[in-house]
Amino acid sequence: MVILAAIALFLAINAIRALREAGLDTMLSGTLWYPTSDPGKFGMLPLVLGSLLVTGIALLVSIPVGVGAAVYISEFSRGAVKDVLKSIIEFMAAVPSVVYGLIGVAVLIPLVKDVFSLPSGLTALTGGLILGVMSIPTIVSISEDALHAVPMDLRQGSAALGNTRWQTTFKVTVPSAGSGIFAAMMLGLGRAIGETIAVLMLTGNAAVIPDSVFESVRTMTGTIAAEMGEVVQGGLHYSVLFTVGLVLFVITFGVNLAADLVLERQRKRWRR
Amino acid sequence: MVTLAAADARAHGAPVAAEQEDLPAEGSFSLRDVSVAYGRDRVIEGVSMDIPPHAVTALIGPSGCGKSTLLRCLNRMNDELGNVRVGGHITLDGQDITGKAIDPVDLRMRVGQVFQRPNPFPMTIFDNVVYGPRTQGIRGRDELQALVEESLRSAALWEEVKKSLKKHAFELSGGQQQRLCIARALATKPEVILMDEPASALDPISTQQIEDTIASLKDDVTIVIVTHNMQQAARISDRTAFMLRESLEEPAHLIEVGETRKMFTNPDDARTESYITGRFG
Ligand SMILES: Nc1ncnc2c1ncn2[C@@H]1O[C@H](COP(=O)(O)OP(=O)(O)OP(=O)(O)O)[C@@H](O)[C@H]1O
Ligand SMILES: [Mg+2]
Repeated sequence: MVILAAIALFLAINAIRALREAGLDTMLSGTLWYPTSDPGKFGMLPLVLGSLLVTGIALLVSIPVGVGAAVYISEFSRGAVKDVLKSIIEFMAAVPSVVYGLIGVAVLIPLVKDVFSLPSGLTALTGGLILGVMSIPTIVSISEDALHAVPMDLRQGSAALGNTRWQTTFKVTVPSAGSGIFAAMMLGLGRAIGETIAVLMLTGNAAVIPDSVFESVRTMTGTIAAEMGEVVQGGLHYSVLFTVGLVLFVITFGVNLAADLVLERQRKRWRR
Repeated sequence: MVTLAAADARAHGAPVAAEQEDLPAEGSFSLRDVSVAYGRDRVIEGVSMDIPPHAVTALIGPSGCGKSTLLRCLNRMNDELGNVRVGGHITLDGQDITGKAIDPVDLRMRVGQVFQRPNPFPMTIFDNVVYGPRTQGIRGRDELQALVEESLRSAALWEEVKKSLKKHAFELSGGQQQRLCIARALATKPEVILMDEPASALDPISTQQIEDTIASLKDDVTIVIVTHNMQQAARISDRTAFMLRESLEEPAHLIEVGETRKMFTNPDDARTESYITGRFG
């Protein structure tokens, strides 16, 4: 908690200049991001929307796949199959983001370009798809924990009433783990929104408000990473990038906090 | 009442196997040379006994002698565990229930189970009771409502919860939860209810209530109950079966089965007598 406060304070101190000179509301609602023109325009909206779009696409992939995989691993697989699947998920979590980025560059960019006949494969969709794959391990492992926490005797009780394993899974086990699975989705969201390098490599990084998923977007994380190296320390642009970081921090903090509260409630529930 | 239950089951489209053979669906088991092994651990062997309908049969014996295991043969719950092998023949109302001839899922609608620890589902009292009927495809609001009242009455819980059917089941006391689980099992109109130490996690008053409930149920269903409590077995059962595993290298056997009164006053086997009088186990 102290560490979190320290981080927030640190970001805020560095963001002060931007907050004074450009103003938070102007930055948040501004649609033009031209940080190097004179005077610089620091409208963050394209970045925020870029992040949200990419994250949204990611969740459309990772939630069904991740929750489905967790249900399969926890309720339907056994023995060696289960072990192999679990290690695959662990392995997926251990692969560095930049490697996902490289895979995206090699495989996904040409694929998206060809399948949708686009001029370029550097799109929000491309970044979102890879982010989706990257957040699958988080969703699988947290959902699986939640399913695992559902007492065995509930499943037996349902089976003893003449329910098939499918019926038991969808009528009792998954609903009982519902809040944990929801928390898993939130943490997957947090993972996706905070990811930097892979999206930087795949989305094309045009800081404009996108009209469709087939356009290039730039995320908040990507912006900070790409521009930080070129700014004057202590300058206005520098301070603005810290403001972007602060906004990102507030979003991810909120998401994680919500997930934690839900998980805690779930834990209490089975302590009977 | 039995015939009523059977007729209901037919109306619900639940399979009544006895129907084809025109036998009354009344819930009597016949076990012949039943054996169970978990992997290489042979736990039970050579159990042959009949379980008569509309009576309470108690399974007694020291811990680890395979009472729960034997009970789970009767509704095929052993199938849910990995690496279990069951041998021998078990029939329910004349129909073989051991092999592929019967779907365990269908069997369990006819043979309900109440577990040692109350295990209500995390939903309302009402939804708990109608859980089984809904699986059987019953949807009508009135029909479900009637089933809930009937089942809760039979489980002696109705008066306590009739005003709060929408309450979450976890808000009930342990004893009430266990009676809810009995009601839940009754709601599918089974012929048999298996109970594995249903009162061992409960206080004396709740235990008393469960015992009263069992006594009132046997007009409707056959009951097979596992218990460690000799007084309880003596109080509530009509017949008693005593199992014993004499050493860990050997599987358990059925030592003696008979009228409870006789088993408790004048057993045939000396081992039965020592167990009942508390000399071992
Ligand atoms: N799922 C299982 N896998 C492997 N072995 C098991 C399993 N369940 C039970 N056993 C073994 O089978 C034997 C009989 O167990 P069971 O639970 O049927 O005994 P019990 O008579 O019900 O005992 P208790 O009175 O303590 O409940 C024990 O030795 C136990 O270790
Ligand atoms: Mg037992």
